[in-house]
Amino acid sequence: MAVAAAAGTALGWWGVPLGVVAGAVRVSTPFLFVSLGECLTERSGRINLGLEGTLVMGAMTGYGVSYLTGSPWLGVLAAGLVGAVFGATHAAFCSLPRVNDIAIGIALMLFGIGLAFYIGKPLIEPQAAMLPSINLGWWSSVPPLRDALRVNVLFLIGVVLAPALVWGLKNTRWGLILRTAGESADAALALGYSVNLIRLGATMAGGFLAGIGGSFLSLYYPGSWNERLSSGQGITAVALVIFARWDPMLCFWASILFGGAGAFGPALQSVGVTEGYYLFNAAPYILTLLIMIITCSPRRTLTGAPAELSITRS
Amino acid sequence: MAFTRISRRHLLQGTAAIGAAGAIAGLLPGRPAFAGDVVVGFIYVGSRDDYGYNQAHAQGAAALKKVPGVKVVEEENVPETDAVEKTMESMINLDGATLLFPTSFGYYNPHVLKIAAKDPKVRFEHCGGLWTEKDPKNAASYFGYIDEAQYVAGIVAGHTSKTGKLGFVAAKPIPQVLRNINAYTLGAQTANPKITTQVIFTGDWSMPVKEAEAANSLIDQGVDVITCHVDGPKTVVETAARRGIMVTGYHCDQSVLAPKAYLTGAEWNWEGLYPKFGKMFMAGEPIPNFYRGGLKEGLVKVSAYGPAVGEAARKAADDAKAKLMAGGFAIFKGPMTDNKGKMVIASGQAHGQTDPVLERMDYLVEGVVGSTS
Amino acid sequence: MAIAIGDKLAGRAALGDRLRQAAEGVVIPTLALIAAMILFGIFVAVSRVDPLELYAVMYRGAFGTWFSWQNTLTRAAPLILTALCTALPAQLGMVIIGGEGALVMGGLAATAAALALPGAPPLAVQLAMALAGMTAGGLWIALAGGLRHYRGVNETISSLLLVYIAIALLNHLVEGPMRDPASLNKPSTRAIGAANMIGSIPGTDIHWGLVFGIIAAVLAYFLVYRTTFGFAARIAGGNMRAAKVVGLAVGRLVLAMCFLGGAAAGLAGMIEIAAVHGRANGNLAAGLGTTGILVAFLARHNPLAVIPVAVLLGGIGASGGLIQRRLGLPDASVMVLQGIIFLMVLASDALYGRIRFFAPRGG
Repeated sequence: MAVAAAAGTALGWWGVPLGVVAGAVRVSTPFLFVSLGECLTERSGRINLGLEGTLVMGAMTGYGVSYLTGSPWLGVLAAGLVGAVFGATHAAFCSLPRVNDIAIGIALMLFGIGLAFYIGKPLIEPQAAMLPSINLGWWSSVPPLRDALRVNVLFLIGVVLAPALVWGLKNTRWGLILRTAGESADAALALGYSVNLIRLGATMAGGFLAGIGGSFLSLYYPGSWNERLSSGQGITAVALVIFARWDPMLCFWASILFGGAGAFGPALQSVGVTEGYYLFNAAPYILTLLIMIITCSPRRTLTGAPAELSITRS
Repeated sequence: MAFTRISRRHLLQGTAAIGAAGAIAGLLPGRPAFAGDVVVGFIYVGSRDDYGYNQAHAQGAAALKKVPGVKVVEEENVPETDAVEKTMESMINLDGATLLFPTSFGYYNPHVLKIAAKDPKVRFEHCGGLWTEKDPKNAASYFGYIDEAQYVAGIVAGHTSKTGKLGFVAAKPIPQVLRNINAYTLGAQTANPKITTQVIFTGDWSMPVKEAEAANSLIDQGVDVITCHVDGPKTVVETAARRGIMVTGYHCDQSVLAPKAYLTGAEWNWEGLYPKFGKMFMAGEPIPNFYRGGLKEGLVKVSAYGPAVGEAARKAADDAKAKLMAGGFAIFKGPMTDNKGKMVIASGQAHGQTDPVLERMDYLVEGVVGSTS
Repeated sequence: MAIAIGDKLAGRAALGDRLRQAAEGVVIPTLALIAAMILFGIFVAVSRVDPLELYAVMYRGAFGTWFSWQNTLTRAAPLILTALCTALPAQLGMVIIGGEGALVMGGLAATAAALALPGAPPLAVQLAMALAGMTAGGLWIALAGGLRHYRGVNETISSLLLVYIAIALLNHLVEGPMRDPASLNKPSTRAIGAANMIGSIPGTDIHWGLVFGIIAAVLAYFLVYRTTFGFAARIAGGNMRAAKVVGLAVGRLVLAMCFLGGAAAGLAGMIEIAAVHGRANGNLAAGLGTTGILVAFLARHNPLAVIPVAVLLGGIGASGGLIQRRLGLPDASVMVLQGIIFLMVLASDALYGRIRFFAPRGG
């Protein structure tokens, strides 16, 4: 810190860990919401790969509604609702006999992205009202630290949501029903529940959260709508769920890790390390793959994997 | 399910519709769609309203549209693959286009060269390419010395910065980008010889999250004026404004995005060039195959100064602008060392803007923090 | 005598059933396509574009003139190969969505091979390029398959992550170690040389990639439906556990199918280099692998069906520019239409065996 003090406002090499932490908080929110949503969906025994499309639709809708109404929170809500509609569409198609949930997901990803680009053309130029942030760093005298602690409400909601989902899945009747549908469709049926209805609910909830994750991109960080806004955050978040073993709390940590890894490249460059930035930029993907290789095992089914999930059946 | 019923119920109608579509297509005559007018095709690599590279060209296309007797056709988000070859041919074959503006750098070699050789009657005006005598005569390249405008913007930035640290979010370490970073830094150094410019390469012409992350990292390092060279500067401009630092724009005027934080910017002036080219083409006048120009020729311009620009900055910038407009002033002159301490321009040597050596720039000047690989 | 007549009758019935089955495989996707066109027609009608005019323009852009046909077939060529990258592993029930990564690796390896053989006769260079491209693409996807089989890593996710990694590697190499210093503002490797380019089918502008694609698809079809290897793969795809119990070497099947799929996409990468770009650069990753996934699913992973579906999607791509220019529709219209077609075709899976006309009638 002596260096930082000497340079006044600059942080020097201390900026790298700070940048990674700040980046983790900034970048992780969309991953967090999508992965929590996908976690719910997958716990009910279905995988929705279409959340990338939902995320992009959410980003566009949130931005558009915020622009038209002047209220970013209405935008967030609208993004969630559009996400829920996409979730319902996914569930409706999947309830048809012999229809593959992974394929429907890929189709909805394409459709969602296409639709968002189609409708969103006139929204690229205008500026919409942004979501506010909460300043948790008022006590610090180091401006970059103060800024790193300027966090968005959605992130805080995500922080609360993750343990709440863990608790809810474990301790509530809804959680039990959801898990039953994911572990054994027959058991759920025997208990008198409609598996399709449960999964409809779970997919809609997942879509709702993914839509909100998208609105974070357009309404807070980076905070604008355009066609390059998502660079695969939605689909990567789906990967994070498997990586996080279908545990909402682990989804939270995985999102933070992923966000931090994404901030590593720019943070290093800001102190003058510019060699091999493409490889640094790919760090999150390499990291995810490596951790999946280390933690997966061919002999037993993944711990925590819902037995009904198509991707984990072998 | 519902949609299967729909598909059955509408089956007959659908078949009829397709039949009708086929019939109409059969009746369409083979002539170009826009008889009488000169058809000019514009091809963009990204979105037309990106507040940046593509928008600057689209504004030029809009200006050309106003010229009587011109019909403009446009296509956006065309990748730099054989897709652009097909787009050019489609504009020629199906729209009757005789003048094309494929506006992305990556279109030139091999795509524009290939189609130009194939369609000698069509004129290809490419932005940024280096046309040489070996290339087809109906192909041509034009570009602006936007580093002149970046030099002026750098002067304003240098006068405004209090921390002595400027930030530059760049896409890739290619000559055009390096030349901008260097000119910006050299301009700033006229105000404060010790000033530094920190560079972050995002590796991509358009990736908003990475650009925002780069801007934030730079601001965390104490940068208080930032600029960029990516296709759409909107993210960098807005991020700077939100974090309370100053910004200079690029490609287009972005002052509406950040009225207080926007100091000035380096802009293209394709609105000036394209109608001129269009009229020359229609009159049958020859357009030079290799066309370059800066502030003096009106190919680039500097945005109007924002409210945060001080009197001294304004004056210094205006002086530099006047010198550049007068001609003969060299931004890149010796002695000049790169940021690794190597002499890149010897003492007493000066590279005028037209010097092709500058189009091959592969170094960052002293004062720039970052490396070219 | 009686038996012989019985056989003949049974044969005729079986032939009838097979024809009905084949008809089902054609009629149902066609119905789905028509449903998608109607839905998309309603969609554009909301944007105040006349659907009939839209389809007329699309027809003209995709198939209406000889130029349009060439445009369509040129776009279809790489799609056939990248579709195989998804379709072949799908025989084993695996969902591989990493064709883009295999294409990129294939293109890179093919370029490296060409640059390593300066002065060699063009045919030798081209063969080396194809071999290198197929090997690199094959290994890339086999990696995803191997991780699935030996480590239990989900192949859909890993193949996707490998796409991002491959693109990063491509950019790193063409802007760093493999960069041609003379490639100024478009960082690229050195050119493979005009003599080594594979050129067009005589009399057309369509490069030879189309022929390679069709050959590969036909070979893949025979492999899947006419060999014991393909039979074993399909058994394993039907029920992996049963296949293991029966003693099929599932691991080898997984690796081989993934390798072949990846090799097809790698060949697509080699063709992009040798027929289009002439050198490797960032433009190699242009989304051809991603569209290939769509083609494979629409073809229901049947390697022969991949060919017409690729032509259809190539046609939609070819007409995309024209609907932008003539009707003022956004470029994303193509994606919306593709998405709707995809959804309808998938939903139509529910119709198989439901339409009485196509039901087997037996002897």
